[in-house]
Order: sequence, then structure tokens, then C-alpha cells
Amino acid sequence: MNDKRYKVAHREALIGIALVVVNFAIWFGFAYGLGSGNPKEYTYVFGFPAWFFYSCIAGTIFMIVLLMVIIKFFFKDVPIEEEDGDDQ
Amino acid sequence: MMNWQVILPLIFFLVIIFLIGIWANKHVMQSNSFLQEYFLGGRQMGGFLLAMTMMATYGSASSFIGGPGVAYNTGLGWVLLSMAQLPAGYYVLMVLGKKFAIIARKYKAITLIDFLHERYKSNFVVIVSALSIIIFLFASMAAQWIGGARLIESLTGLNYTSALFIFAIVVLVYVIIGGFRAVALTDAVQGTVMFLGSVILLVGTIIAGGGVSNIMSDLVAENPKLVSPFGADGSLTPLYVSTFWILIGIGVIGLPQIAVRAMSYKNSRSMHSAIIIGTIAIGTVMFGMHLTGVLARPVLPGIDIGDKVMPLLTLKVLPPYLAGIVLAAPMAAIMSTVNALLMLVSSTIVKDIYLNYIKPKANDHEVKRLSFLVTALIGLAVIIIALKPPSLLVWLNLFSFGGLESVFVWPVVLGLYWKKGNKYGAASSMIVGLVSYIFIYEKWGTTFLGMHTVTTSILLSLVSYVVVSLLSSSKFKDVKHII
Repeated sequence: MNDKRYKVAHREALIGIALVVVNFAIWFGFAYGLGSGNPKEYTYVFGFPAWFFYSCIAGTIFMIVLLMVIIKFFFKDVPIEEEDGDDQ
Repeated sequence: MMNWQVILPLIFFLVIIFLIGIWANKHVMQSNSFLQEYFLGGRQMGGFLLAMTMMATYGSASSFIGGPGVAYNTGLGWVLLSMAQLPAGYYVLMVLGKKFAIIARKYKAITLIDFLHERYKSNFVVIVSALSIIIFLFASMAAQWIGGARLIESLTGLNYTSALFIFAIVVLVYVIIGGFRAVALTDAVQGTVMFLGSVILLVGTIIAGGGVSNIMSDLVAENPKLVSPFGADGSLTPLYVSTFWILIGIGVIGLPQIAVRAMSYKNSRSMHSAIIIGTIAIGTVMFGMHLTGVLARPVLPGIDIGDKVMPLLTLKVLPPYLAGIVLAAPMAAIMSTVNALLMLVSSTIVKDIYLNYIKPKANDHEVKRLSFLVTALIGLAVIIIALKPPSLLVWLNLFSFGGLESVFVWPVVLGLYWKKGNKYGAASSMIVGLVSYIFIYEKWGTTFLGMHTVTTSILLSLVSYVVVSLLSSSKFKDVKHII
């Protein structure tokens, strides 16, 4: 059976996977890219070590903004009840 | 040490939770489809409720008590690790997503096992699923229950046994009479308390420590590695920490207590807003609590037992009335996890075992009585186990996490998206996932080949799902799928 709502669902599931990849890349890149040196020589942003600020704080805020944009523009409102409505 | 200013907000919180249970009971009594109402809240959840029940079910004793304790001893590296939980807010709802909600309705599924049952038509799959849910979630429930009792014990000065009974009775009453609707509604209250509590405590701790810069230089003075991503003793390798993205991030999709929520929302708009609200809530709570654990180190030095950091810190840095609200947060976290697990174990026994195999023709009245009874009996059994508790809360919790993920993640996800997946693939992947996880865990503990143990089991169960499904595909040529 080919329910046309599945096409929407499949695309959105792929978006979910893509978002995790982006999220992981930001998290990993900043944490180990900036945090691998000697802790005594870290630079600080708003009081936090730069690696921590970009990876855990700015990265998280960026992901939330990205989610809002993606949901607004790419997620479709589809009915999830039985389509023909003849149940019950 | 009876501190009434702290205890009163807690009592107030418990009274509200109680009232919600009684209100939800009306729906249970009037509903014309008892099972769907009691175990799924009539599939009526809106966005805020869905987000909060996801977050509250997921956030547990380890997020509020165990986790901050580990962060206290490990440093910012543990906060980094905890941020692997962010995807739990959006990934589960996006990937299970609309497909799961649509198919669950087509199958008329009320539990996750109903879905597996219809998808694979295999008694073996149903029984392995039911047993893993009962065994693992029972263990996890006991751990949460113990955490709840310890918390009441440390706050009120009551002894452990009385604390355990107070905690157990509160939870049992509203879950038994109110069902899933009470669970979801109380989760919304509990989730809100968790959110506010973690923000208040973080701010309070930063103020008490004289600002972030000040606290960071104290940490560097004690041990510079506390502010590195590698942990106080340098043991947190990038590979190990990254594999937590599987355990506490994307693998969460395989947790039945989370997955069942992804089929209980009202419409796709509720799901969209739940993704945003849920991610903000999970991000804030996990970040806030774990960072607080690290910042607590200079503020409150020399605590030996990690689990005591959060309660002691709260009493030290906050005025009593605020401390009461903040200390309601871990209580809320524990209750909201326990109530979800209790509901799930009960639905597994009533719906998946009794109605499938013992008495398929039971009438509504019998099912109703049995549901109340089973829920109550499980609750009592957990109390008895919790009277002689094992220690190490965090690890006990993670054990059941990883075990359930290894069992369920592929049969659920590939069952939704891959037509060729069949019952042999599902059954073999469950067994391989479960056995390999327990075996590796017993032999090597939580680290295997430098990764968290769950990684290998999830990979092995993926391989067996795919290989066995492909090998046996000739038997299923004529099967028509609705997926």
C-alpha cells in the first residue's frame, strides 16, 4: 500500500538524521578542536573556556534556532488519523 | 532536621500531583475505550504536554542527583558528555515521527509491543519484548524509587523506610487511579518544576561562587583538567564520549517508555511544537544540572558522595523557600520517570501478555479491574526490592537503558522504514542485542574497545537484523505491508 503521507514522513525522518549529524559535528569540532591544548592556556568567552562556550552553549542555541527554522519551512501538517475516516 | 520552609513547597507540590490524579480518574471512569484511555490517554496529547512528558520521562534521578555528582568530580568534560542528550529532544520525534503515529493508528496499537506484534506477526518477538520490558524497566524503576526515597530521607530526616513508603504511596495513587492521562498531566507539572528548578539552582550557584570567571579560576587552581573536555583524570577520550551520542542521544529511540509517547499525540502540529519545546527543555535541564555540578566544586568543596552534591548545594546557596522549589525538581524527575515505567510495565502485562495469551476475550470490566490490580502489585513489588537497595544509581540506570536500546532500536526503526525486515530478522536482532550487551557488560563493564558498551551491541543487532532478514526474504515474498 502506498500512503502518500509516507513521503512526507520519510523526508522528515531524513531531516532528523541530518540534524543529528550537524549537531554532532558542531559539538565535536569545537570541543576537541579548541579544547585539546593545555588547559592553562585556554582562552575564555563570557567566563567559560572557549571550547565549552562554542560547543555546549552557542552550539545548543544554534541547534534550537535551526530546528525552529526547519520545522517552520520544511515540516508539513498532515492528518495522522485514518484517511478515509470510516473506522468506528 | 525538619526545615519547614523547605518542606512546605514540597508538600504543596505533592498535593497538586494528587489532585491531577483524581481529576484524570474521571476520564478513566467515563471513557468508552478503557485500554486506549488508561494506557495512552486517549491519544489526545498536545504539543506542550507531549514535550514535557518526553522530557520528564527521559530526565530522571541521574539527571538531577547522579549526573551532577559525577560532574562535580569530573569537571566540564561531563557537561560536554551530557549534551549528547540534546538529540533526544528532536531526533526521536522526527525519526519515529509521523510514520509511527500513522501506522500505530492503522494497526490500532496501544503499546509498542502491539506495533511489533502487528508488524512481525511473531509470538517470539512479542514475548522477548515483553520480558525485556518487564525485567529491565523493573530494575530501572527500583533504582529511581531508591533515589526518591534517599532524597526524601536527606531532606526531611525521616528514615529510609518511611521515606520510601511516602514516596511510593504518592506515586502509586495517582498512577493507579489516573492512568496515562494522569501520568502525562503530572509530567507537565513535573517537567515545569524540573525546568525552573535547574535554572534557579544554576543562577544561585553562579552567584554564590562569585561569577563564572571566578569559579573557573578556582577550578583551574585546583586541577586544570577540570575545565578540559577530558575529565579530571584525563580518562574521557573523544571516542568514548562520542559513543554516548548513541546511549543517551539517538539510541533513546529504542526505549519503549519514550517510543510509546510518539504514538500518543493528537495531530502533526502538536508534534512540531513538541520538537521545539522538548529540545529547549531537555537542553536547559541537562546543561543546567550538569554545569551546576561542576560549579558546585569551589562553592561546596570536599563532598565525598556524589549523590549528596545537589541536595547539599541547594540548601547552601538558596534561601529556604527557593530551596523547596528546587528540591521538588529531582523529586519531580524521579516521579515522572517512575510513573511512565510503572504504566509501561503494567500495560505490558495486561495488554501484551494477558490479553494476547491468557484471556483474549476478557470484557472491559475485567480489564479495568486487572489493570488497577496489576499496576498496584508492580508498585508493591518495587517497594519490596527497594527496601534492600543496591548502590550506584547512575550505572544501574544506564544498564537498563543500554539493554533496552539494544533490543528494540532496530526492530522498531527498521520495522517502520524497511519493507524487507521480517520476524526472523527482528527476533535475531533482539536476541543478539540483548545477549551481547549483557555479555560484554559483564566482562568488560561500560567501556569496550574504547567505546561505550552499547555501541557494539547496537551494531551487532543491526547486522543480524539486516543479514537474517535478507537471508529469509524468500519466505515473505507475498506479504503485503502497509508500511
